[in-house]
Order: sequence, then C-alpha cells, then structure tokens
Amino acid sequence: MKILKLRKEKLDLFASVVQQFGEVHAPVEQDGKYVFKRLRRWSEARLEYDRTILPPKKYFLPPRETLFRYRPGEGFAPCSEGLDQRTILFGVHACDIYAINILDRVFAGKYNDPYYQARRRNIVIIGIDCSPDQHCFCRSMRADFVDHGFDLFFYDTGDYYQALVGTALGDDMVLASGSIFEAVDAADIDNYKRRSWNKRRAFQLEVEIRDLPEIFEMEYQSGIWEELGGRCLSCGSCSMVCPTCYCFDVADDVELGSLAGSRARTWDSCLFASHALVASGENFRGPRASRIKFRFYHKQRGFVAEYGRPSCVGCGRCISACPVNIDVVQVIERLRGVQDAGSR
Amino acid sequence: MARIVRIFKMVEDNYLYTLRFLDDRLAYAFRHQPGQFLMLSVPGAGEMPISISSSPSRPEVLEICVRRVGRVTNALYRLHTNDVVGVRGPYGNGYPIQEMTGHDLLLAAGGLGMAPLRSLLWYALDHRDRFDNITLMYGAKRPDDMLFREELVSLVDRTDVNCLLTVDADPAGTWKNYIGLLPTLFGHAKIEPARTYAAVCGPPVVFKFILQKLLALGFPKNRILMSLERRMKCGVGKCGHCSIGYKYTCLHGPIFTYWDAINLPEMI
Repeated sequence: MKILKLRKEKLDLFASVVQQFGEVHAPVEQDGKYVFKRLRRWSEARLEYDRTILPPKKYFLPPRETLFRYRPGEGFAPCSEGLDQRTILFGVHACDIYAINILDRVFAGKYNDPYYQARRRNIVIIGIDCSPDQHCFCRSMRADFVDHGFDLFFYDTGDYYQALVGTALGDDMVLASGSIFEAVDAADIDNYKRRSWNKRRAFQLEVEIRDLPEIFEMEYQSGIWEELGGRCLSCGSCSMVCPTCYCFDVADDVELGSLAGSRARTWDSCLFASHALVASGENFRGPRASRIKFRFYHKQRGFVAEYGRPSCVGCGRCISACPVNIDVVQVIERLRGVQDAGSR
Repeated sequence: MARIVRIFKMVEDNYLYTLRFLDDRLAYAFRHQPGQFLMLSVPGAGEMPISISSSPSRPEVLEICVRRVGRVTNALYRLHTNDVVGVRGPYGNGYPIQEMTGHDLLLAAGGLGMAPLRSLLWYALDHRDRFDNITLMYGAKRPDDMLFREELVSLVDRTDVNCLLTVDADPAGTWKNYIGLLPTLFGHAKIEPARTYAAVCGPPVVFKFILQKLLALGFPKNRILMSLERRMKCGVGKCGHCSIGYKYTCLHGPIFTYWDAINLPEMI
C-alpha cells in the first residue's frame, strides 16, 4: 500500500483539491452532536468528533429510497435518481468503514443489490483516525483498524497525517494536489507505532468475543432477555443508529385515483412489533423480549455463522442512543458472567 | 410481468391462480424447483411471497394458491382474468430433489399446507421412476376446506401412490375417505423411516403432531423436510424480516430440515 504523509497545515489545501472531485460531506456540529452533512465551506468540518448521530450508511442505504415507478400499460421503470452522485465522505472513522465493508458483503452475493452497489461505487471515503471515548469498544470487535474499504485514510501522528492510499482514485486525489504529500521515513513509522500503542491503551471498554456465539447458545433461555424486554421501548433507535443494521421495509405508494405509483424501501427494525408479523396474524417474534433477544443474537451470534464475525463494530452508538440505557457491553458482560458464586 | 389466465375458487377465500408470463420466451424458459416461491406484485397494493403450487414438470404456466387474508392478497382477489401482475423469482432453496431421488416419499400436509407440497407431489408423480413408494397424507377440517380436492380424490384409486385423505368432520355426510385427525392416517400407511424422506407442511399444530409421530417412528432428523412461511420484503436475503436465528427463510429456506429447526429455536 502506498503510504505518504501530509503536514497538518496543508489539510485545508488538500480539502480544496478534493472538492474538485465531488460534493464533500463531513462531520458538522449540530446541537452539541455531530452529523455527516454536505459542507457549505471547509471550515465547518469537525474532524475531531466522537461519533455522528447517524452512521455513513445513510449514504449507501438511504432511510427512504424509491426503487421503481409503475404505470398501468407501461410496466415498471427502475428509479436511478442519485445513484450516480459523486459524494466524498471526509473524516470517516475506522469502525464506520469496517461497517461499510460488512454492508458490502450483505448487499453483494448471489443477489447483488444494484442500488447499494451503484452508490458504493460513486461514494469516495476518506477515513480519519480517532481516539476512543467511554462508549467505544471497536477494538474488542476488531474494528479499530481497517485495511480496505477507503480511498484514503489519515492517521494523526502529531505534526503530520500519515496517509494510506487505498484506491486509484485516492491516488489521483493525492497526485492532483501537487507535491504537498511527502514520503514517510523510519521516524514517521515509529511515530505511528507509538500512537497506535497509546490508542490501544486508551480504551475504557472491553468485551471478549471469542466463544461468544457458544455462550449465546447456552444462554438462550436466560432470564436476562425477559428483563431487557421489560425495559426496551421498541423505539428502534439502536437499529437506526447502527452502522450495520440493514433491515428494510418495502411499500408501494399509489397516486390517488390511479394505479400508477412507486415502490420504496425504508429503514426498518427487528424491534418493531410488525417485523415478523405475517398476514394471517401469526407473529413469529411477538413478545418484546423475543425481539430484543433476536437483535442481540443476529448481531453477535447469527452473523458470525453467516459471515465469520459479529456484525457489531463497537461504535457505541446504540449505547448512547438508547433511551432506557440498554448497553450492549453490559449485556455481553452479564451473559459471560459466572452465575454460581460457588463455582468461581 | 405475467397475465392471470385462470382463476379457480378451490375453497372459501382460497383461489388457484394460473399465471403466464407476457413474454413467451420467459414462459418457456422459466424453471423452478418444487418448494420454491415467487415474489408477486399487485400494482397499487404491493408485493408478497407465495409458494409455487405447480410442478416444474408441467411448465409454461405457474399456479399459485392464494388465501385472501392480507393487503396484497385482497388486491389480487379484486383482479380478473387477463389482468397483469408482476412476478420475480423463483426464490428459495426448494426440496433437495437429488438427495431424495431413489427414496420413498411421505408427504404430510394439513389445511393450506398442501399449497407448497402440491408442486412436489406432481413432480414426483411425473417422474415416478425416480422415487420408490410415495405416500400422501392430507387432512383438512371439512371436505369443503380441502385444497385441490377433486384432483387429490382422483389419486385415491391410483395404485402407484398411496393417497390418504382425511377430514376432521363431515357435516354433509358425503365424504368417502377417512374421517379423523391427520396423525390417525399413520395407521393406514406403511412407512419405512430408514428409506423415506418426509415433507411436512401445515399450521403449527400439524408440525407439532406430525413431527412427534415421525420422530417416534425413528425418522432421521435431517430427512424431515419442513416448508416454512415468514414475512418477506425482498426474497433475496437482504431485508431481514424472514430471518430465523442466522438463517434467512428466503435464501436458506423455505425448506428446512428438522435438524435445522432444533438448532434455530424460533423456527417452529
């Protein structure tokens, strides 16, 4: 991989070059929190942010997306609005890029999702290093570093950003900015290693994910699920803010007085009562306890069987978004905890 | 896009729709496996998953058995012959035909469970040489609730299939087959678990009692095949609604073995 460095003062200059490649979106402060948003000017960007309210998935799987329109006699016409929009996401954290890599796998496979894949092709990702706060556990989820899925990734090494060039397009951006990027030397590499070591020690949360699927199997009947079901409000906030929750609902909108209309998909949540409800009235996950259990199982156990790793990346958003303080790290700790004091 | 070429009322609120693709080439080329399903769109209402009731051995048209119960099925009910619907598929795994070849087949269905099993039934009868003994057990509440009744009654006299039909009650007093709950049919069938694949479909109560019976007979758990239903929005393993544990009903199912069910607790 091509590795370069950029003096921090020159980041503004680089940003002005990047703007020529597409519409730049970056974290912007809003009511004391951060959101990914189109920049009106570069100075709005806040690259030292904790986490955005919504993850970057909103660019790849929009909260509401029209799939096609139809008209009697004319049939179905796919909707491609916005699919070819070249957007640059500047300042994406490693866990969020990891999450996008996970979504890439979900929306590929035998039935490739053309909408997702088209947006993915057209969205440029410039990653940035971060330091963990009280909700971050990405290291435990092996998502604190990411080795692909970005066009460029910047590591803060003090006076410089060390830049990993991930794609040919990322390289084009570097080349288009003239000679502001410099080669790295041994001292820079050491600098990076030192920072990496410090970051590792900065994590306040830790969970062990080895054999977690097995423990989930063993604790399927645990009373913890009833307890969480009693607390959970089924608001779905955790799903909306989750960078890897991809469930969607599909519904038709029909024009009044005609049979013409459109079909759109919208974000959905397995915590909503209707998620597993079928037309006959049978609900395969009716009780709230079974719904919240399902969410944990699918993230930490089911996804491992299907894709070889949990779909959780440890971004901490669900912890900070939950109105009743359901905390995934605490839930895992309690599941792992030994119940019988005598056997310790 | 497919045209409705025939609508046949089978029982109250249950209709058999025969569909044919508007594009002739598609009508000839479309192939499915018994047990697979379609995603069917009714313009103006939405889309739904539905089992294919016809056998791939009788191609060119597709038959689906639809109960009027939800938004899309009610919209379909309001359509007429020659109206057009959207069809995509086939989706799902279907029955493991290759694995089943050379074995005895036991098809056990209750109520509407006959809809997906009919595809397997006619596939097996049309490829009679590929299977050994074939037994069908089908139970409905009353004769009037029996799907494909005339067609199945006409199989009773066939000597190459043991077709056992039962009803819980016969108010009209005209039923000439068995009367009694579905599991009582095991008394009239000769089943050899060691060489048989069992395909089961029906409401939860049918699964419960038939599974009990099959396990008591000593059926290997991976030779009990169940066809399941779930809410589905995409049919292709993305939207998440049909997931059971880590399996998607639309991708890894809708045909699951009893062994799968033991490992995925919320399956049945």
